[in-house]
Amino acid sequence: MNKIFEVPLYPYERHADEDAATPVRRKVVVIGAGPIGLAAAIDLAQQGTEVVVLDDNDKVSFGSRAICFAKRPLEILDRLGCGQPMVDKGVQWDTGKVFFDDRQVYDFNLLPEEGHKRPAFINLQQYYFEEYLVNRVRELQQQGAPIEIRGRNKVSAIGTHPGHVVLDIDTPEGSYNLEADWLIACDGAGSPTRQMLGLDFVGRVFEDNFLIADVIMEADFPTERWFWFDPPFNKGQSALLHKQPDGVWRIDLQLGWDIDKEREKRPENVIPRLQEMLGKDVKFELEWVSIYTFQCRRMEQFRHGRVLFAGDAAHQVSPFGARGANSGLQDTDNLCWKLQLVMDGKAPESLLDSYDIERIHGADENILNSSRSTDFITPKSEMSRVLRDAVLDLSEQYEFARPLVNSGRLSVPCTYDGSPLNSADALNGPERTRPGSPCPDVPLGDGFLLDQLGDKFVLLTIDADAPDVIEEEGIEVARLALSVKDDKTLALKDRYLGSAESGVYLIRPDQHVAARRPSFDENQFRHAIRRAIGKE
Amino acid sequence: MTEDQLILTANLERADDFYADLLAAHEDLSKAESDALNARLVLVLANHIGKRAILKQALAAAALKTGEDSD
Repeated sequence: MNKIFEVPLYPYERHADEDAATPVRRKVVVIGAGPIGLAAAIDLAQQGTEVVVLDDNDKVSFGSRAICFAKRPLEILDRLGCGQPMVDKGVQWDTGKVFFDDRQVYDFNLLPEEGHKRPAFINLQQYYFEEYLVNRVRELQQQGAPIEIRGRNKVSAIGTHPGHVVLDIDTPEGSYNLEADWLIACDGAGSPTRQMLGLDFVGRVFEDNFLIADVIMEADFPTERWFWFDPPFNKGQSALLHKQPDGVWRIDLQLGWDIDKEREKRPENVIPRLQEMLGKDVKFELEWVSIYTFQCRRMEQFRHGRVLFAGDAAHQVSPFGARGANSGLQDTDNLCWKLQLVMDGKAPESLLDSYDIERIHGADENILNSSRSTDFITPKSEMSRVLRDAVLDLSEQYEFARPLVNSGRLSVPCTYDGSPLNSADALNGPERTRPGSPCPDVPLGDGFLLDQLGDKFVLLTIDADAPDVIEEEGIEVARLALSVKDDKTLALKDRYLGSAESGVYLIRPDQHVAARRPSFDENQFRHAIRRAIGKE
Repeated sequence: MTEDQLILTANLERADDFYADLLAAHEDLSKAESDALNARLVLVLANHIGKRAILKQALAAAALKTGEDSD
């Protein structure tokens, strides 16, 4: 066996910083080389910012863990230069089946909207996801970008100061101190950073345990998502079967709260249960098994001075709906351009408070959605079970009941309604592209809109005039001039104009809409740029 | 009376017949079966009504909380 998660991808190497007479000051330190930490580091390094990633381990994640990656995170990965290997390797699916007790009650097709570069979802083991991010880090290093990963560098203490942080770091060869202007903590649900700083993690809406297994089998299960409510092989609980690359199947069995974790994890207990689920004659091999415990909660604030929390370190949700890694990637997408502008002196430090506002809004939306899924999957009272079972029984015969079946509302990106960075909507345009929205993709000839937006402020004009560049407060905003004629499918018109004849959009570096108007108005757009960087 | 207003005046066609039908549907059912039937009936009727504003008024009316008129 020589699986990717058994190979040290960033083994410990002694760094000159360990031998410095006085602690070296770095621009940004990221704690945690998981999906979120690596994405943050790549985002900053692409802007030319010096970034050091510290991880207490030296390998990618063991087992599949986060497996379902949604369209918006894939679009973010495109911006980070590593979306393609993920999509090439990942398994795409759009059919789901729902089972109740011993029977299938219905199936559905996600019917993904046409005209997007990326699919609605891919399934991909977290270890591949992390490997491809590490590959991207190596690629950037070869291009001379100031990014490094230090394996087996465990942060044991954090000192916070108004203008920097000081880290105590343990390595296999001793300890050293390192300073950073900014610290991004992406060290997971149990976040040692959060604990070292004595910060809250509130909410605890729900608690449950899941047995998660990666199973290798040659079976004729189709590439579909199968979800069971109250199946005979897991009475009173739920189960999920998903296909991953390499003939690996992911199985999630809900166990309830009050269980003996060590006992449940033993192969002699796991294998008969899986055999019953998959069928007597199916041959399989257990690759990985784990018990996953989750809670729904979040920090009250994600920013604490010079320390910024992202991903599971900042918020945790139930696994239903793939809202963990997917929302973490949207955190760093939101954070990095703001931090870059602040470090460059182009935006006030208070711009970072909008990270709190916008991503707490996102976290609350995720917690709300996953709590509702949890309430459906695990009814809390006798009557909520009666109602849940009524929905499932009706769904077998009547289409109307199917939208009520909630086995996880799959992750969609958050619209930052009410954000202080938004300007008032001045276009009578589609709801989905109102200020605060993530830009939906649109086919443009051989390419796609989002690839053209990139990671800078953009003035998108659709059948409207505007200067090629406007500069405001040191921010250069280049125009992307399009016409509804550029897209024969009319998606550009449908998604960005609706009934309007023309439109001008100010789009942020994270590809969210900051402002829109029917035509270019210099004063209004200068005002919108200042607002989007926290100067108004 | 607007479309978004829950009807709380007599509106049933042949009220006695409907009530008898309702009782008949529950005849010979266990408590659990009756609960399940009621739950399905609520969902079927709710879907027919469809409008959230009406359903919110209906939930409030069924809770017998007078004076706390919802939106």
